[in-house]
Amino acid sequence: MPRLTSGGPPPSRRRINRAPSPVLAHTLPWLTILLGSMIPGWLLIASAPVMPPLGFLLFIAWRQLRPGLLPIWSALPLGLFDDLFSGQPFGAAVLLWSLAAIALEFVEARVPWRNFLTEWLLAIGLIVSYIVLCLGLNNLAGAGAPVRIILPQIVISVLSYPLVGRFVAVMDRLRLTPITVLR
Amino acid sequence: MAPPANRRFGFSRRAQNATFLSYTAGVVGLVVGIGLVTVSIVKPEAFAGVRTAATDATEPMGQATAAGRSYSKNFFASIAGYLTSGREHARLERELAEAKVRLVEAQATEAENRRLKRLLALKDVEPDVVASARLTRSTSASVRRFAIIDVGRKDGVTKGMPVRSATGLVGRVLEVGATSARVLLITDTESLVPVRRASDGVPAFAQGHGDGTIRVRLINLGINPLKKGDVMVSSGSGGLYRPGTPMAIVTEILRDGAIARVLSNPSDTDFVMVEEVWGPNEPPPPLNPDAESD
Repeated sequence: MPRLTSGGPPPSRRRINRAPSPVLAHTLPWLTILLGSMIPGWLLIASAPVMPPLGFLLFIAWRQLRPGLLPIWSALPLGLFDDLFSGQPFGAAVLLWSLAAIALEFVEARVPWRNFLTEWLLAIGLIVSYIVLCLGLNNLAGAGAPVRIILPQIVISVLSYPLVGRFVAVMDRLRLTPITVLR
Repeated sequence: MAPPANRRFGFSRRAQNATFLSYTAGVVGLVVGIGLVTVSIVKPEAFAGVRTAATDATEPMGQATAAGRSYSKNFFASIAGYLTSGREHARLERELAEAKVRLVEAQATEAENRRLKRLLALKDVEPDVVASARLTRSTSASVRRFAIIDVGRKDGVTKGMPVRSATGLVGRVLEVGATSARVLLITDTESLVPVRRASDGVPAFAQGHGDGTIRVRLINLGINPLKKGDVMVSSGSGGLYRPGTPMAIVTEILRDGAIARVLSNPSDTDFVMVEEVWGPNEPPPPLNPDAESD
């Protein structure tokens, strides 16, 4: 009885005569990735590479969940933004994110089957190569860091990728929540 | 379903063009990336302006998270204090740690004084603190160790200034923005600090090891005099870092040096001080012949 008087379900659950907000639907993936580029730096003052490259993980997760939602060229602006905060040589993310986007597109055109394991394996391949290539670019720029220091980061990134995937799925539902009223 | 052998996406010219363009755009991103990386490898400071502008712009957010970080750390520290032996114990431990560092500093100062007394008319000026700041952000997903502090050009910070906390050396300023600055931490592999053993002044170099520890390389090769527990302080050779700033404690002996642990762990450091660039005093004027004959 109180439910009837209180006006039914909350606004987000009313589906009839409503559509997702186009602004939210198109900007949310970009916003989450931009935020993901900045968050690892805020969480702690690290003395070794320990945080996963969250921006990159979100970028692959969005591309895997919704191929075509982010165009391939999105790697350029998103990578540029990541470079401002990541501490890698400037341009590293532009280069490696573009490579990853092309590789993902290439593989998905050839392997249309999808399940958790193949997607995770593909993501693992991309993440491991991304972190190793970042180390390589840093060493080219004169860092001289040994390979063993990125091992913890690789493990953490690989294990956290499914969680990032879940988060992206939640964000995708939020993105497509019908909130604007149709007339 | 196996992918079709013919990978044309239908007969629509528009769809084919769109696919082609999207790949082309990806390759453009690739080429731009290669260009940027090449420039930043050849000329690392080329993008300092853009980077510092970005850190300036996001500095309020960084300050907020830094405050949150220190609150949560304090919260957990309090709980841990209750769980172990109460708050008092934690406080005493902290005081003891500070006292130990002070003791080492005093020893270093003593050794420094002895050395100075041997020289003529060399006066040691007090350290000039330019600004005190908060470490707001770090590059925790990169193999490089940079941190951002929330003071910049407006507070008088310039490139090269050493940064220290109450417990020891943290790093030096690398890029300066208007309200923020980028600090190269001493644990970075490109950071090289001339140090000496606090007790007797065995000279060495301390280089970041990349994993949070410091690699101490002795300058004089021969029998390795270092022992576990030796404290290394900055020696001030070559200028920049003020002599006697505590830096690291030796934890593992190697053939030509040691692995050391940083005394001022940046993740435990709330506030840091930016100091004036230290320059060795000018050598005393040569004695004139009359004074020589006295």
